[in-house]
Amino acid sequence: MKAFTQHQGLVAPMDRANVDTDLIIPKQFLKSIKRTGFGPNLFDELRYLDEGMPGQDCSNRPLNPEFPLNHERYQGASVLLARENFGCGSSREHAPWALDDHGFRAIIAPSFADIFFNNCFKNGLLPIVLAEEVVEQLFQEMYAQEGYTLTIDLEQQHVVKPGGERIPFEVDSFRKHCLLNGLDDIGLTLEDADDIRAYEEKRRAQAPWLFDAVK
Amino acid sequence: MAGQTLYDKLWQDHLVKSREDGTALIYIDRHLIHEVTSPQAFEGLRLAGRKPWRTDSVVATPDHNVPSDSAERAGGIDGIRDEVSRIQVKTLNENCNDFGIVEFGINEPGQGIVHVIGPETGATLPGMTVVCGDSHTSTHGALGALAHGIGTSEVEHVMATQCLIQKKMKNMLVRVDGELGPGVTAKDVVLAIIGRIGTAGGTGYAIEFGGSAIRSMSMEGRMTICNMAIEAGARAGMVAVDQVTLDYVKGKPYAPKGEQWEQAVENWSRLHSDDDAVFDTVVELAAGEIEPQVSWGTSPEMVASVNARVPDPAAEADQTRRTGIERALEYMGLRAGQAIGDIKLDRVFIGSCTNSRIEDLRAAAAVAKGRTKAGSVKQVLVVPGSQSVKAQAEKEGLHEIFTAAGFEWREPSCSMCLAMNADKLGAGEHCASTSNRNFEGRQGYGGRTHLVSPAMAAAAAVAGHFVDVREFVAAGETA
Repeated sequence: MKAFTQHQGLVAPMDRANVDTDLIIPKQFLKSIKRTGFGPNLFDELRYLDEGMPGQDCSNRPLNPEFPLNHERYQGASVLLARENFGCGSSREHAPWALDDHGFRAIIAPSFADIFFNNCFKNGLLPIVLAEEVVEQLFQEMYAQEGYTLTIDLEQQHVVKPGGERIPFEVDSFRKHCLLNGLDDIGLTLEDADDIRAYEEKRRAQAPWLFDAVK
Repeated sequence: MAGQTLYDKLWQDHLVKSREDGTALIYIDRHLIHEVTSPQAFEGLRLAGRKPWRTDSVVATPDHNVPSDSAERAGGIDGIRDEVSRIQVKTLNENCNDFGIVEFGINEPGQGIVHVIGPETGATLPGMTVVCGDSHTSTHGALGALAHGIGTSEVEHVMATQCLIQKKMKNMLVRVDGELGPGVTAKDVVLAIIGRIGTAGGTGYAIEFGGSAIRSMSMEGRMTICNMAIEAGARAGMVAVDQVTLDYVKGKPYAPKGEQWEQAVENWSRLHSDDDAVFDTVVELAAGEIEPQVSWGTSPEMVASVNARVPDPAAEADQTRRTGIERALEYMGLRAGQAIGDIKLDRVFIGSCTNSRIEDLRAAAAVAKGRTKAGSVKQVLVVPGSQSVKAQAEKEGLHEIFTAAGFEWREPSCSMCLAMNADKLGAGEHCASTSNRNFEGRQGYGGRTHLVSPAMAAAAAVAGHFVDVREFVAAGETA
């Protein structure tokens, strides 16, 4: 996994509540057996005026002029500003894969759905929860100022506004550690393999029906 | 010390190790996999040179991409017309063969929607931790298990380590007391719950569903309820183990037998919240007040009684919510104040991991019997959740009731719940659907989904628009 330490990037809006993972990456693209290449289909149904198909070249598709991510001023954005309950719905990790593939490194919202939130950390994408009024303020500043950028400092746990104002955020210490160092958590868990085996033996003695039933 | 909730007990039973940073290693007993969210996990294992920790914990089946059309389905994997779907189903099959994992293949007797076959084979049992790369894994919590969806990285993590790194969730009790009225089902109850607490109401919680109305439900009904816990934002939903659970589990192919059964029953008897358990949040609903529900918007919380009207955004004070309602009405092609009963249907879908079990099909058949679908309805799909449900339904003659009514009897698959196979809505089409999500485009590009119970879906298919199944059935009986 790629590390996340500090990031400065252009901010783009996803100004609606309850953005679900079907909206982030529609189901037809889930047929891929790869982890990459989902970027062109991020928010497909909002971004284009036609129905997208897997494997299609998106460069000639008609763009929806009303969708902010298609606007010139948001090209190259890497910080997504969103509303409450972002990422609700299915567990598809294709959602963070698509955001990452499109170039986003961080998402700021008042709240996230649990599974999506968790999936982000596995892919070097940082979801940041800020109070609703703070997010509202960021939306207003972003709309008011073209080229609005934010700096995100994971080590210090704050978002820095263009004027230098710092907004602190919370992050789970284990996830922070993994993200800062780009660690593969499978490797970390396997360091506890002896504990897992010990638990397993105990469990097998207590509940033998849980083992070897399916073969 | 206060008593423990069911979730507290399940958590503690599976705790391998608590770490100083507040995370914990939780042991996973059962890992279900399907074709959509597993290929990248297998690829990850291969790239890192890792093997599955315990192959006997994994059960696989293809469900999302498999065709529901009998003719196409008869050709097995090679017969799948959509090449991308075919590759995905084939990849699952190859991965299972390579790694020595039990798979119920595309046309094998055990195949079905992963959340239907788990309980019906006994692959998922009370007291287990169950995961799957699929958010509707919460379904299995109906057995008194801790079950939730995970992403593909976690699928790989569980395969490689048999564990998940977790933080304990908070406890929520949703208590539904009293008796449900006739024609009001588990689906109506869970839609009413989501309507009450919202799609983010359960975020950060494990929800236990309790109260006399839940206790008197069948296992199928409890599965419908737990299935949609995720639609209320909760990764896990669960119901305490009782006699209904034990009666359901006993005799299932993978359930313990003989002496082990006795041992298991004793072990499972503690799988309920203690009387003095403390919940962080308690939500109460009166069963008698719940009416048949119909979703009108593009989020499962946008739901109303069948006798209500589509809400007016102008009456909503919160701006984000108001904009959400306006956008939903525009997408759905509905007017504020329009009667739910005036919504006309183009298609009807009866199926999905929410409502494709035998009880669901019986409920739909009871309404469809002796009636025919409205001429204005283009298609009514009935898609059983598994090969076993299909066989049982055919044994009971339900398929004949459906086909006589002009409904199409299909092969087990996720089908039009998420339209990854050929079953989908056209742009602008309204669908009465027994599935779980009414998100934009979910059932097909531009499609308009209304979530309902199987009985309500069948009644809508016959009437051509939404009707209160309670009046509908009564009218039919006197006619």
